[in-house]
Amino acid sequence: MSEPVRQGGANPTIMQSGLILAAVAAICTTLVALTFNMTRDRIAANEQAFLEQSLARVLSGISFNNDLSASALVVRVPHGLPGKENAIIYRVLNDSAPVAALFVVTATDGFTGPIKLLIGIDYDGAVTGVRALEHKETPGIGALIDENRSDWIYQFAGTSLNAPERSAWAIRRDGGEIDQLTGASVTSRAIVNAVNQTLLYFEANRDEIFTARADSGNTDE
Amino acid sequence: MSDQNSIAGRLVDGFWHHNPGLVQLLGLCPLLAVTSTFVNGLGLGLATLVVLTMSNVLVSATRRWIRNEIRIPMYVLIIASLVTCIELIFKAGFPALDRSLGIFIPLIVTNCAIVARAEVFASRNSVASSLLDGLAMGGGFALLLCALGFVRELVGHGSVFARLDLLIGGDVLNGLQLLDGGFLLALLPPGAFFALGLAVAGKNAIDQRRREAAGFRLSI
Repeated sequence: MSEPVRQGGANPTIMQSGLILAAVAAICTTLVALTFNMTRDRIAANEQAFLEQSLARVLSGISFNNDLSASALVVRVPHGLPGKENAIIYRVLNDSAPVAALFVVTATDGFTGPIKLLIGIDYDGAVTGVRALEHKETPGIGALIDENRSDWIYQFAGTSLNAPERSAWAIRRDGGEIDQLTGASVTSRAIVNAVNQTLLYFEANRDEIFTARADSGNTDE
Repeated sequence: MSDQNSIAGRLVDGFWHHNPGLVQLLGLCPLLAVTSTFVNGLGLGLATLVVLTMSNVLVSATRRWIRNEIRIPMYVLIIASLVTCIELIFKAGFPALDRSLGIFIPLIVTNCAIVARAEVFASRNSVASSLLDGLAMGGGFALLLCALGFVRELVGHGSVFARLDLLIGGDVLNGLQLLDGGFLLALLPPGAFFALGLAVAGKNAIDQRRREAAGFRLSI
């Protein structure tokens, strides 16, 4: 720029700086948008594959023969399940007889944001397994809910509304019988509450869950 | 500082004399947090290397138009866009590794080693030497991440190169389980500080020994 340096008064360089910044912002946004478009399908496919893998993993020991993805039931808000977004229920059938249901729900009260959970419950109301699908919990502390980082999340398998007793469905620090992660009571409490709430929902709505048509929207409470 | 201008000198600078993690102690948050295994260190190291090199090149290429008063927002824009692209590419290409690194890929934005190189080096030097500087500094950082990851995994898990398939694919390179379990402290955050402290001490000891050797030779 060959302009002489001006002092005081309306400063045209502010305008120029603003324009340069706007141009760079536009270029950067375009770049991100292009990458997003190129990777979107792969990312969606990866997430779907991961979900299906996880679905089967919380069903160890249960035989079933229906297509889980096709059994998805979207439960729209407001619903009695944890979370402020639509929840998804996969119905697990063996020769058309219901054997279990898988819930994708969100515990909204995690320490650093929502925790997306996959909760499997068999037809008799016992938890078959719980997995954290997505979370942003503190590395090394709350992030131990991830099955790759600790065994903590496995303790839910086999629990039900009667084991432990309904009054003991809380972490030990709150007087319950479920182990918390050291230093992560908020995270632990969020997950325990979400599992408990899902169990209650299953108990109250079991028949509707298995009779509703796939993707049909609300199961009424 | 060794010869600023030779290619070898620049590389030695990034990997040794001015290693961002070992000497400048920049970017410690990701460095300490993800180095619990070798593959995590390698994954984040490569991502940081790519972002640092590309941001150096872009900042250097546009340095004529970057005015002093808006340079920081410009750096932030460039670096944040690059990191977002890298994150999307990781999610598409290496979903398992992305889950394992979690929040630390987006957090590369806040790695001060990258802004530091943009400000100190790339904004004042040619594209070619900025590219080289990015490779050297990023390489030094990545190497340190790998080394810490290797040691902490060996001591903490008793394994070597576990889950390398997350990055490379296939099941040939799935690592060796040498011991059943290990020394848990190495995996916890304090273990990261111990490992880094030992690495810094080791580097200083080597430097001192070399200085003494050089001084001895000179005095003959």
